[in-house]
Amino acid sequence: MHNELKSQVLKLLASGLRLDGRKATEYRKPIKVEYGFTKTAEGSAKVTIGDTEVIAGVKLEIMTPYPDTPDQGSIMVGAELLPLSSPEFELGPPGNQAIELARVVDRGIRESKAIDFKALCIEPGVKAWMVVIDLCTINDAGNLFDVCALAALAALKNAKFPKYEDGKIDYRTKTSEELPLQEEPISVTVLKIGNHFIVDPDNEEELVAEARLTVAIMSDGSLCALQKGGEFAIKLEDVNQMIGIASDGSKALREAL
Amino acid sequence: MVYARRLDGRKFDEMRQIEAKVGIIKRADGSAMFRFGNTIAYAAVYGPRNLYPKFLQDPSKGILRCHYNMMPFSSAGERVRPGGSRRSKEISMVTKNALLPIVNLEEYPNSVVDVFIELPQTEAGSRCAGICAASMALADAGLIMKDLVAAVSVGRVDDRVVVDLDYSEESYSGIVADIPIAYLPTLDKLTLLQMDGIVPKETLMEALKLGLKACMKINELQKKALKQKYITEGVEDAQ
Repeated sequence: MHNELKSQVLKLLASGLRLDGRKATEYRKPIKVEYGFTKTAEGSAKVTIGDTEVIAGVKLEIMTPYPDTPDQGSIMVGAELLPLSSPEFELGPPGNQAIELARVVDRGIRESKAIDFKALCIEPGVKAWMVVIDLCTINDAGNLFDVCALAALAALKNAKFPKYEDGKIDYRTKTSEELPLQEEPISVTVLKIGNHFIVDPDNEEELVAEARLTVAIMSDGSLCALQKGGEFAIKLEDVNQMIGIASDGSKALREAL
Repeated sequence: MVYARRLDGRKFDEMRQIEAKVGIIKRADGSAMFRFGNTIAYAAVYGPRNLYPKFLQDPSKGILRCHYNMMPFSSAGERVRPGGSRRSKEISMVTKNALLPIVNLEEYPNSVVDVFIELPQTEAGSRCAGICAASMALADAGLIMKDLVAAVSVGRVDDRVVVDLDYSEESYSGIVADIPIAYLPTLDKLTLLQMDGIVPKETLMEALKLGLKACMKINELQKKALKQKYITEGVEDAQ
């Protein structure tokens, strides 16, 4: 499939270029984060990278803590590949692609301990805050993984607790209290096409990629989550190289926050 | 009771601040955003495109499908669970009916035109904002159309007739009637008419007349937004 497109992409990459004129490890421009895009959410952000646009919104709910962690709150991440954002997306419950996307974003936030779950506890074993992050795609021009992860983090940074009194949430009154954030993980997805590695793929590059690795990177450079995607197998030296590219790439995204 | 002054200070025939923009979603064939105050609607049009499964195809004309959806964080209250509700199903249907008379579907046999309306933020009037955005998106997609649609809610709050009710008026403690309408300015016909609340017949007619005036204003803004897209592109081309 897409043999013609693939040979074009490979030919260009051999001379160090891509379909839109970028270098292999260059992000599209602009990289833009608009905080507080949606007033009805407790926290929100619209993130644009090139032509790809995603809105992330945070809603806070009260949950009963899980039995194995009675002194902790939790998070939930949902991704909706809205049919408004691409001719490829269809109506209906989330499919594999949306579920993988949501789970990869979830893992980056959860495993980096970006949120102090213990500080979300209201009454051990009885009540805690649940942070619900919803990702809605507005325009899919490629690289939803990185854009969604960045939007989720930006929305968390923007969030304020609503007023909570007598066991009830008053969503219309926001407090000045921010979420207990302690880390800012950045996700970078690296694609392999032929013997080349690229970041921030557009729709066409995603079609012809042979392997995909999403790496979540903490502020000190350590890795906190990985997801190999695509149907092809990758070699150990490829992994090493892809992680190196991802670490470098994360700097541009971190600056945009 | 006397409703002497609107809760947010507007005049009785004054709509909330309106923003209209065309061509906001690059991958769509047509797209637009429309905002009444804090209510924001995005609309994307895909099509005319092939319709599957094939037995749904109509060789005499194309079909129009509309889907209205609130984003999970778009309500000022609790999170809206994704996946649709009875409310969103009904609104999708009345939205389709509001748009159907303006699209010349006979031109697109066996095809489908899909309209997706998404709301990132709402505070009353979302179906009207959705219809206004969808109408502009259909025009932006280059479909053969007979008119544009403008939609707004009118109603009564106690003794006064008002236009474009906001949340504070919809949930006002006195007597309130909320009447969303959609209007075709050229054909001079209504394509959406719903009402929640109690209203005498004379007041209803008065409210509808006020609504038509507001729709004419919206229509001007829609046309301006549509032209704006091409004016901007023209300037860029000239450079």
